[in-house]
Amino acid sequence: MNATSYKDLPVSVEDLTVAYRYEPVLWDVDVDVPQGTLMAIVGPNGAGKSTLIKTVLGLIEPAAGRVSIYGESFKEQRNRVAYVPQRGSVDWDFPTDALDVVMMGRYGHLGWLRHPGADTRKLAMEALEKVGMQKYANRQISQLSGGQQQRVFLARALIQDAEIYLMDEPFQGVDATTERAIIEVLRALQGRGSTVVAVHHDLETVPEYFDHVLLLNVRAIACGPVEDVFTQENLRKTYGGRTDMLAAATKNVNGNP
Amino acid sequence: MDLLKLFSLLFTDYTVRNVALGSAIVGAVSGTIGSFALLRKQSLMGDAMSHAALPGIALVFIITGLKTPVALFLGAFGAAWLGAILIIVITRYTRVKEDSSLGIVLAVFFGFGLVLLSWIQRNRGANQAGLDKFLFGRAAAIVEADVIVMAVIATITIILVALFWKEFKLLAFDVDFAASLGFPVRVLDVLLTTLIVMGIVVGLQVVGVVLMAALIVAPAAAARQWTDRLSTMVVISAGFGAFSGAVGALLSSLARGLSTGPIIVLTASAIAIFSLFFAPNRGLIWDWLRQRSNRNRLAQDRVMEALYIMASNHGDPTHPHGLENLAAVLPHYNVKATLEKLGERGLVSMRGKYWSLTDQGVQIVEELQNDTHAAGEGSMLEGKAST
Repeated sequence: MNATSYKDLPVSVEDLTVAYRYEPVLWDVDVDVPQGTLMAIVGPNGAGKSTLIKTVLGLIEPAAGRVSIYGESFKEQRNRVAYVPQRGSVDWDFPTDALDVVMMGRYGHLGWLRHPGADTRKLAMEALEKVGMQKYANRQISQLSGGQQQRVFLARALIQDAEIYLMDEPFQGVDATTERAIIEVLRALQGRGSTVVAVHHDLETVPEYFDHVLLLNVRAIACGPVEDVFTQENLRKTYGGRTDMLAAATKNVNGNP
Repeated sequence: MDLLKLFSLLFTDYTVRNVALGSAIVGAVSGTIGSFALLRKQSLMGDAMSHAALPGIALVFIITGLKTPVALFLGAFGAAWLGAILIIVITRYTRVKEDSSLGIVLAVFFGFGLVLLSWIQRNRGANQAGLDKFLFGRAAAIVEADVIVMAVIATITIILVALFWKEFKLLAFDVDFAASLGFPVRVLDVLLTTLIVMGIVVGLQVVGVVLMAALIVAPAAAARQWTDRLSTMVVISAGFGAFSGAVGALLSSLARGLSTGPIIVLTASAIAIFSLFFAPNRGLIWDWLRQRSNRNRLAQDRVMEALYIMASNHGDPTHPHGLENLAAVLPHYNVKATLEKLGERGLVSMRGKYWSLTDQGVQIVEELQNDTHAAGEGSMLEGKAST
């Protein structure tokens, strides 16, 4: 691959190795995320899915390898990347409301010593509307359901106004309403040319929700369009032979290719 | 004791005024930074840092022979800060978890401090008088110069918190997200920790290393009970801290032998305990009342539903049934009391020994059933915390 084509790749990961002490969490991973795709990252627990996202975001220092965002380092491209962390990573009993959490998505744009004002508030309200949460703007965040909290996190990423959205398990433990709302947002993001990479747990919905998939288990087992790489063979390699559930997951793909 | 007379001491008695003012400032600073410590789950860090200050105080005295407030302040600050940084470093770079590293630093520093204190006691004799007061504080000895130092540090703390408000808030709520936005979270962590150290060190001469952590935790924990907004919480917490400081100082001036530091801590603790029980929404009493009313409401719904289902067998939703029949269907409910409450709400009526749903009651049961059907599709989850 030559240097110019990197510039067209939203996320390019090369020979990435991450280790906690001597235990490799990611081993020699290569991933190219093409422009405008919705890519799922699937793999068993401990496969390094979250670690991969955090390493792309510079939150974890890799032992080896390189991450580039449109051909440059994440630091230089920070404003083009939005992040939705795992819902369980924060304490939802924090004294604040939904609107305030969403406004945090603009803190990076504001820079030092400047406080969010009316324009930020307006952006945050619009983002809450997009995820169907405008009614809950002033609700204390611990009073929200798990799905609603997830939508607040999504709205916070939306007002980052980025081109690449990295999401860690956005569908984890959400209700049907939230799942539909998130899918709608993902489609809208794709529609305006953004790229989405999401850690996903529900194998059955991969073909329905995503067009690309990365099968990860410490190593990158396969990466590409869902219809090409989301096969029983690859899933078996990723999950290690628990074929019963895998057969069910791939039937969508094999049934209507 | 006449309250008015006590209050007038504030204005007429020079010593009382300085002690009260100094204690109030210390309380306000503790309350402000304590809010952040509490939300970052670093309450115990405050305890470790205050204990870690002791060897610094002793070392400064051994090396320089000085007992001036500024010298001792710098010694305490240096040691507490070193302790705090050690905790951060140990947690980040070793397998030791944060609670263990807190324990290690607290024990090692405080133990070293006690060793130095006893060495000073043996070798410097009478000259050491005053140093051991850092163990429990020496609020009664606060003079105007101390108050000025405290006020300066309080001002610096409050200005820094205001300047870095959104950064500190984000750091406390979601550190990874803050880092992904490009905020230097380690620098901010050290800055916030430094502010906490500063607040603690100012408080040391009032409440001492042993009790200082309480003044960091109690006002913040109390304030959290009364509000769901960070800014309000910080202001209330500072207010509680200042109030505890002033009240503690005044109370201890009433009688000989009441030391100020412990009284301040007791006052702050009393506020915290009251808040834990009685604050609206988050208080335990409130919780208990809400649970009881939920239970009653649930029992009422179940009884109405049972009446509805039994009556529907007769083709008429208002068909009456005896108490015994209902009680047999719902053995774990106090059916009689529940029916009486429903009667008060006009949802059931009694004819002779028989109870039946009113038209309004029928309507409510039918709405209820629609709701429960919808719950199967997940909409009942809306508005409830289900983590």
